Amino acid sequence: MEILLAAVVVLDSTLRLATPLILAALAGLFSERSGIIDIGLEGKMLGAAFAAGCVAAVTGSAWVGLTAAIAASVLLALLHGYACITHRGNQVVSGLAINILVSGLTAFLAVAWFAQGGRTPQLPDSARFLSMEWPGADVLDAVPIVGVVYGELLSGHNVIVYLTWLAVPAVALALYRTRFGLRLRAVGENPFAVDTAGVSVSGVRYRALVCAGVLCGLAGAYLALAQSAGFLRDMTAGKGYIALAALIFGNWRPVPAMLACLLFGCLDAVSIRLQGASLPGLGEVPVQLVQALPYVLTVVLLAGFVGRGVAPKAIGVPYTKEG
Amino acid sequence: MTTSPTEPVPRTSRSAIPSGDETVTAANGAPAVELRAVDKWFGQVHANRRVDLSVSSGTVHGIVGENGAGKTTLMNILYGFYRADRGQILIAGKPVVFRNSGDAIATRIGMIHQHFMLVETFTAVENAMLGAEGSPLLGPAGRRARRKLAELEREFGLQVPMDVPVGELPVGQQQRVEILKALYRGADILVLDEPTSVLSPREVEGLFRILRTLAGRGKTIILITHKLAEIMAATDRVSVMRSGAVVAHRRTADTTVSEIAELMVGRQIRPASRGVPVEPGRSLLDVDRVTVRDSSGVARVHDVSFSVRAGEIVGIAGVAGNGQSELLEALAGLRPVATGRILVDGEPAVSDSRDRRRRGVAHVPEDRRRSGLVMPFRACESAILGYHHDPRYGRGLRLDWPAVSSDTRGRMETFDVRPANPQQRTAELSGGNQQKLMLAREVERATKVLLVGQPTRGVDLGGVEFIHDRIRSLRDAGKAMLLVSANLDEILDLSDWVMVMAGGRIMGKVPAGRAAERDLGLLMGGVRKSDVPDRAP
Repeated sequence: MEILLAAVVVLDSTLRLATPLILAALAGLFSERSGIIDIGLEGKMLGAAFAAGCVAAVTGSAWVGLTAAIAASVLLALLHGYACITHRGNQVVSGLAINILVSGLTAFLAVAWFAQGGRTPQLPDSARFLSMEWPGADVLDAVPIVGVVYGELLSGHNVIVYLTWLAVPAVALALYRTRFGLRLRAVGENPFAVDTAGVSVSGVRYRALVCAGVLCGLAGAYLALAQSAGFLRDMTAGKGYIALAALIFGNWRPVPAMLACLLFGCLDAVSIRLQGASLPGLGEVPVQLVQALPYVLTVVLLAGFVGRGVAPKAIGVPYTKEG
Repeated sequence: MTTSPTEPVPRTSRSAIPSGDETVTAANGAPAVELRAVDKWFGQVHANRRVDLSVSSGTVHGIVGENGAGKTTLMNILYGFYRADRGQILIAGKPVVFRNSGDAIATRIGMIHQHFMLVETFTAVENAMLGAEGSPLLGPAGRRARRKLAELEREFGLQVPMDVPVGELPVGQQQRVEILKALYRGADILVLDEPTSVLSPREVEGLFRILRTLAGRGKTIILITHKLAEIMAATDRVSVMRSGAVVAHRRTADTTVSEIAELMVGRQIRPASRGVPVEPGRSLLDVDRVTVRDSSGVARVHDVSFSVRAGEIVGIAGVAGNGQSELLEALAGLRPVATGRILVDGEPAVSDSRDRRRRGVAHVPEDRRRSGLVMPFRACESAILGYHHDPRYGRGLRLDWPAVSSDTRGRMETFDVRPANPQQRTAELSGGNQQKLMLAREVERATKVLLVGQPTRGVDLGGVEFIHDRIRSLRDAGKAMLLVSANLDEILDLSDWVMVMAGGRIMGKVPAGRAAERDLGLLMGGVRKSDVPDRAP
């Protein structure tokens, strides 16, 4: 029973930790399936978190904060698009530039506006997304297993977590069952085919980037308004890159990418759980080693398993008619 | 459905699948397609000069011309991919203005590009639907597409597997998917750009049958090619283009191959002469039981032995992918030899291309874009690749650009590279001129052996003649030459000896004069004939 409880606690925190990763990975999926490398997931998420923190602190509303987060992230995505689609710039350079710009700018603006050492003011609970208890959780609590699973695992998350659960099938449907998805996949494989079919390559790519912006906005808002109570300097801490790794590991497909994110989230959860714990035969595990685990796994997975992945064929190549 | 220049043309998304009961054949008897005085410049290059063209409905109309004659540009204008700088397009007698391919599609023009415009990971159904889905959800759109494609398949005899990613289909079938795609969009006018360049002879026959059927059912076909045999076999009428202009229109039945050839190059083509074979001298290239493996360790060339003597051309024929490329690269020192020896003029050579150059072995690679030239380089930069240590081009660390440039100009003139401008970007030269530039670089350095891969791939008629003459004169000058070509006629034309490779082995070596095409065909298929001298174990 105790083991079950421990497992549920780890799984529960896996879900919480994986949520921003899943959102960012889905965002990356939109851009990259359209042929635009999206190394700027990190920057878009961070910018969104900052916008969410500021606006929620000023207005006192989580929803207005979320809207601001999405707007900020979409703007950054459009900036990426303007550089890479309209002006055919290098997509990696543009993405990195966005990451560096946002990292510096958010810290600077936070200090300038709020003077709290690079963070936005601590948000009251009313300006955050709080856990929502599902009806009947307290009644079922007494029932073994079901009670724990229902009460801890399913119930008791915030609205963005649930939105993320809906986002995965929604993105899969959009990608495989809609006209937009068909054009999106085509433009990432062979933009010439899309152009000769009378569809605007730039149009499809810009739309894909806007979708990516919205999802990154959700991820950033989650960090600032749900996981923490405000924006912290560089609070994304490499989550954008881990999401990108998960996307690649998941072969640019929604469900495998989600599973990869859950794996990373789970490792993160386990590492938190292991801190200070002493393992039989090993003694106390050094905190730093445990914290490094998700990153080590990223490297191992990318080096060892992703070699066979099939990237969208036209990824990274700006589209020019003259070929 | 025609439009005037003032009205915007309806976009495909709104009229995805035309009903199919109206055709472009106008009742007034106007030609299906008419171009009037079309001009197009790319920077300084005048790609199309006042082109007039008229194509009657329900016919197969050929447009023939050498590489760079402006055929493809003209058709891209007709398809709305480029815009003409001047001139007028009339479809069924009504003037139209195309701002993009969507406008052309809406006017029922379909284009089959030389490089297929297919998404390889998509099925035929998905490819056909793309851009003409008709509804935001794919479910109903897919079912509609499937029904419509089944009808088209029946009507025109264009069978293709519907649910396999097209990248897994043979090229002939991919092309059918392209044709189906155009018909699906309601095309009445089909433009095919060099459709046979990727097809096997059997697939070509199949394609021509399909074109006949299409024309028989009222579709108008425009066939762009530089192969004269195809014009004679498949078209009703033909227009000849030369340096951007249309120089003649003919009824195919009233003309001959030699007349069109003459119109195309602007002078008479003399029949290929075999020349007088020189008595071969000593052996300059000896290949002794060589095995070559690819990067994954699979043997691509098995235990091959032969020799090439001074003053002879040995041609290697075979279906592509049977080890010819790997053998050629190993001989050029680009690929390590797993077992066996390569001797140049009696001395063993190591697997290093610089070593080959020192020994007087030059190599014209098979794929000029991949390994022969650097496309963004200026011609003079491409022309010294691999020979930049030559003291003529400068001393020490410095390159003497004026010297490089004037040396290159001389070479370009000798090899008839047009334009003979050393500052021209390599990519801006036509395929034939790129090939000549590469030959100009290598030929002089081949003091003993010249290895040539696909010397005339993508080269036009005049260029082929020139390149063949050069190769023969090198042979006559006493070089040992090894020729690899996918073009059997070329092998038979040039070689003194023909070797056939299949499955990485040499199936036989026969004197070119005695080589019957049927026997070579058998050898290519890996069937060995007992009466063919056989040097492979």
